[in-house]
Amino acid sequence: MTAPTVRGRLRRGRAAVIAVPYLWLLVFFLLPFLVVMKISVSEMDGVAFQDVIRLQDGTVAFNLKFANYLLLLQDDLYFSTYLSSLKYAAVTTFACLFIGYPFAYFMARARPTLQPALLMLVMLPFWTSFLLRVYAWKGLLTENGWAAKAIHAIGLDQVLATLALIPAPGQLMNTPFSLVLGMTYTYLPFMILPLYSNLSKMDLRLLEAAGDLGANAWVAFWTVTVPLSRAGIIAGSMLVFIPCVGEYVIPELLGGPQTQMIGRTLWDEFFSNNDWPMACAVAVTMVLLIIVPLAVFSRYQAESTERRR
Amino acid sequence: MQPAPFLQIKDIVKDYDGHRAVDHVSIDIAKGEVFALLGSSGCGKTTLLRMLAGFETPTSGTIELAGHDLAGLPPYERPLNMMFQSYALFPHLTVWDNIAFGLRRAKMPADEMGQRVEAMLKLVQLGAYAKRKPHQLSGGQQQRVALARSLAKKPQLLLLDEPLGALDKKLREETQIELAHIIEDVGVTCVMVTHDQEEAMTMASRIAVMSQGRLLQVGAPGEIYETPANRFVADFIGNVNLMDGRLVEDQPGHVVVDCADCRHYIGHGITGTLGMPVTVALRPEKIRIGKSAPEAVDGVPDPAFNRVKGTVRELSYFGSFTVYHLALPSGAVLKVSQSNTERERSGQPTWGDEAWASWSTLAPVVLTS
Repeated sequence: MTAPTVRGRLRRGRAAVIAVPYLWLLVFFLLPFLVVMKISVSEMDGVAFQDVIRLQDGTVAFNLKFANYLLLLQDDLYFSTYLSSLKYAAVTTFACLFIGYPFAYFMARARPTLQPALLMLVMLPFWTSFLLRVYAWKGLLTENGWAAKAIHAIGLDQVLATLALIPAPGQLMNTPFSLVLGMTYTYLPFMILPLYSNLSKMDLRLLEAAGDLGANAWVAFWTVTVPLSRAGIIAGSMLVFIPCVGEYVIPELLGGPQTQMIGRTLWDEFFSNNDWPMACAVAVTMVLLIIVPLAVFSRYQAESTERRR
Repeated sequence: MQPAPFLQIKDIVKDYDGHRAVDHVSIDIAKGEVFALLGSSGCGKTTLLRMLAGFETPTSGTIELAGHDLAGLPPYERPLNMMFQSYALFPHLTVWDNIAFGLRRAKMPADEMGQRVEAMLKLVQLGAYAKRKPHQLSGGQQQRVALARSLAKKPQLLLLDEPLGALDKKLREETQIELAHIIEDVGVTCVMVTHDQEEAMTMASRIAVMSQGRLLQVGAPGEIYETPANRFVADFIGNVNLMDGRLVEDQPGHVVVDCADCRHYIGHGITGTLGMPVTVALRPEKIRIGKSAPEAVDGVPDPAFNRVKGTVRELSYFGSFTVYHLALPSGAVLKVSQSNTERERSGQPTWGDEAWASWSTLAPVVLTS
């Protein structure tokens, strides 16, 4: 008698807890996104948007304007901007992975009493404003900035110039280099945290088993540790890659003419050209570009959850 | 001349910041032997095993395998393999790849490796499961994969860390026999660690009982059970009644020990002085119980010896045998176990009855330490 009621109440309670964030996302993400989608296919009528669907003389008339999307495909500028966004996001992701993996690895293997302090240090930058921290790099990278001097002193600017990441030695600001540096610096914690949580949960006896079966530490790392941390690598990469694609502030502050990214283009379309339908088409395309890797990721997550069970 | 032992553990000591985990242990193990290190948790048996595998370095002492000192060899260069407690199977690899892991590291050619893995799968009867991941297997199957993985490289020495510890009781009994068969078939020398005496007794040809880092006794299962070297071993292995007493007669063929409730006439000699305090160990199954005073008992010259009268305080029926707790005049309790060889037997004592316990001269053992 009582069991179904209790279970029913439990189910209702659970549904309510889940419903709150979903309702939030529905109202503040999905609905606005639908509005953006609608605008992207709307015709401008002076300063107002025309209706997309109209009821006229008993017939439903659709008035969808796909010209903006066609323009996106045809215009080289948009295409190259998307490409460069993806490229810089990918380079940043690799840089974060390259720096973050060893960091997370040694943090996870550090003495347990030391780990909370190390974790705190990773999160410490969040205590100051993101804008301030990015802005600070401007000062560090100008000709007389400390970072610029250090980079010059070890001859790194020569290397960067050879790789065409900066136009000339001594000019670090407003280059692909400064952009990637800023994004890597900002997003590094987002790579480290999921990797750390994954690596710290690893069963260390598996490494002993690998050693017992003839794998030295290096081989055991590549054959056991790395494959087992795949979920962490993917989670960290997604957390870095996705916001980097749409990043606006860092390219604006640290990037240059070479580093046109999609966030900047969006801004221009909205506020310089005032072409809202075009801007919305750019935004929708960007979301779709990001949703694809995200879908792959969540499928992988579902699989690995399945495996753990 | 005796051939040199296959595995020689010589005077091994292991200290962990001030705490001595292994205390001057020396063991010689012959080729083909299945040797068990038995003890409760924290007795140093696992530390000793990990030193054999190379995961720990002895503070002092040497380990020689087939005449070669293992010191300085990292785990991945030692010609031995270990089956880990709860197996440590690689969760991201299939059964096949788990077994092949060690062969790949040894750079075995692909066709030879394929044959070897198939042979291993056949040995543990898991051929149909080669493509599964460890999490898709039952505990017993995982255990067999772990065994196959540790045997794949044909190790000179196989180390087993609580090989059956992760299985439930019923499965453990079946697996125990299966595991013993496989090890026997392969003929590999084997050192296992266990806290389960039954496991050690059924699987091992010799057992070392350890406590607090020290080796208390090494011997065949029967030796350890029937002639324990000291009180700890007698108490640790199986059930036992321990009675403190004094040595009152010491002859080459027998001794007499006086205890609070009875006098023991024991059919073996010891080295000791008259009057010294000793302990008599008497296994419950070696005692007979009856409502009336027993007639002459084997080898006992006088009815004054090897018998005691008490009251049945507890009676536990286990099906195949019954355990009686007999309260003795001094207040001590004597455990007696009687196998139920017939379905109904009259004349058996029950709760509250006065009963006589008696035992032969060969039943008790005198312990001096």
